[in-house]
Amino acid sequence: MWQHLYDELKGYGFMVFAVAMDSRGADVARPWIEAAKSTYVSVIDAEHRVADLYNMVNVPEAVWIDEAGRIVRPTEVAGSGDYFRKMDRQTRTLSDEAKAMREEMRSGYMAALRDWVKNGTKSAYAFDPSAARAHLRPQSEDVAMAHCWFRLGRHLHAIGATSEAEAALAEASRLHPDSWNIWRQTGDLKLEGKPNPDFWARVEALGNRRYYDKIDMPGMP
Amino acid sequence: MATLLTERGRFETGGLSDGESLWVAAAALAEATGWDLKPEGFCRDAVCVPLPPGRESQFRRGGEVDAARLWRHAGQPIVASRDRATWSLGTSAALRASTLESLEAPDVALPDLDGRIHRLSDHRGKKVFLSTWASW
Repeated sequence: MWQHLYDELKGYGFMVFAVAMDSRGADVARPWIEAAKSTYVSVIDAEHRVADLYNMVNVPEAVWIDEAGRIVRPTEVAGSGDYFRKMDRQTRTLSDEAKAMREEMRSGYMAALRDWVKNGTKSAYAFDPSAARAHLRPQSEDVAMAHCWFRLGRHLHAIGATSEAEAALAEASRLHPDSWNIWRQTGDLKLEGKPNPDFWARVEALGNRRYYDKIDMPGMP
Repeated sequence: MATLLTERGRFETGGLSDGESLWVAAAALAEATGWDLKPEGFCRDAVCVPLPPGRESQFRRGGEVDAARLWRHAGQPIVASRDRATWSLGTSAALRASTLESLEAPDVALPDLDGRIHRLSDHRGKKVFLSTWASW
């Protein structure tokens, strides 16, 4: 997905560190990674460590990190947004309006990323430290406990303690309902790649509430 | 035997669980978590949580520490499997928030398809786009 961008920007001192949040392991992610023929770093995070460390709730999300290892844009959706909620439930297709929204988000986000890689702190898209701090999303202690249960549940699943694993993963999801990483991964462990029948019910349950925050960038829909 | 699951991965220790206690070698806990019992308290990097005066023996027996009691005392989440053979030691939201407030990107080491480990911090000196995806 990012290869084209990486090829274009690698000469500017740029790296993509792509993390597959796949608890079923490398072989599940392998077909995608091999098809992408990526030359950037592509790793597997079976325990969802990155989600815990960076307060992530779904994929795709991203963090921009400068040369000194400092966060200049904390976790946010990576050029995507709530357009998926407009998908036709039967045909799984997007209306032209939703497609246009998706394209606007994606191309706007890519343009911003290019601008930052080329211009660094002078880029309008790189937050200064106080703005970066203001965009952190502090989480509750329930969320911290949810990550703890998720880690235990994933391990129990891996060693074959399936029913206890399900209870631990359900507790993680109960404590952190906004983490679609947790419930989607939980579903995938059980369904092994088949579509999750609960998906649209979770989407409808959002009601009028946004799922993703608006990407805070000039020109973003 | 007790298995510890932490931010750093999975660690097999010679620990012994007794109900809500988890006695492990202090060095094993330090290896698995970075947290160590020092004269000033239970510490990782610059963060130290003092022990309640006069109750140190509840936390330490010779070279072993009650990792579960220390973890709860530090306000950190911890859960165990029903047979108490496996313990997941998490990071509190308060500590996570203060770490992120520093804006220093938390490091992580993860395997690629061939099992080779990559550290996020290996790429210092470059701008890094840390992004997630999944097959599901």
